[in-house]
Amino acid sequence: MAKYLLIESRDPFDSSDSEYFCELVEGISNRGNEVILFLVQNAVFPLRSGSKHNDLIDKLLKNKVKVLADNFSLKERAIKRPLDGVEVVDMGRIVDLLLEPGTKAIWH
Amino acid sequence: MASGKTLTIGIMDAPYESANSTTALRVIDAALKKGHNVNVFTYEGAVNLTMKGQQPHPNPVKGTSVEQEQHPTTKDWVASLFNLASARGVKLDWVNCGLCVDERGAGDWIDGPRRGGPKDFLDASVASDATLVIPTK
Repeated sequence: MAKYLLIESRDPFDSSDSEYFCELVEGISNRGNEVILFLVQNAVFPLRSGSKHNDLIDKLLKNKVKVLADNFSLKERAIKRPLDGVEVVDMGRIVDLLLEPGTKAIWH
Repeated sequence: MASGKTLTIGIMDAPYESANSTTALRVIDAALKKGHNVNVFTYEGAVNLTMKGQQPHPNPVKGTSVEQEQHPTTKDWVASLFNLASARGVKLDWVNCGLCVDERGAGDWIDGPRRGGPKDFLDASVASDATLVIPTK
């Protein structure tokens, strides 16, 4: 089982390939790998309650994908309470995850 | 305290165009604060991040001065990262791609970065504990 840190920076409202990236996350997870999805920059927009893209993230959470969100990006966009199940983290946490042995990091 | 670990980051975005630049600098800042060494390889437009000639500007539309605007420049942010690395006793090795620099006439940069090439990035990645590439959109 491999460990993946997948970093999404794009917003599904302006980048349709953001949905494909979520499919990739789901596919890697379904193959029994440990997957963490980190949402940063405009990728946190689907975490705002009521967004039409809430289900993208909900589906991943139900598939046991750990979803993290950048505290700075949320604050910039006035998203005070992201979707339930999403963990708000600072960049230090991401550095820790990057440096965990065996982790494969992919930025989108 | 130095951890002995090293993170390598590749950056491609030019300054003032994408939030990727800010995020990359935040990752570097967090890694240095945790006592890690950091290698940075800038490619394409990202070689402009360290250009010495960058100047903050006033906002004539709003009628505000340079001082009132407090406009940040990436070269000042990068300089502060070098200061942070020095204060924490860790190494920040910042390599600007030489061919990208020559194409852009971007060779006049602040103290700290050095000239290199893709091989430096490969060597740094092989010798590092982790590598993150932040590509352009």
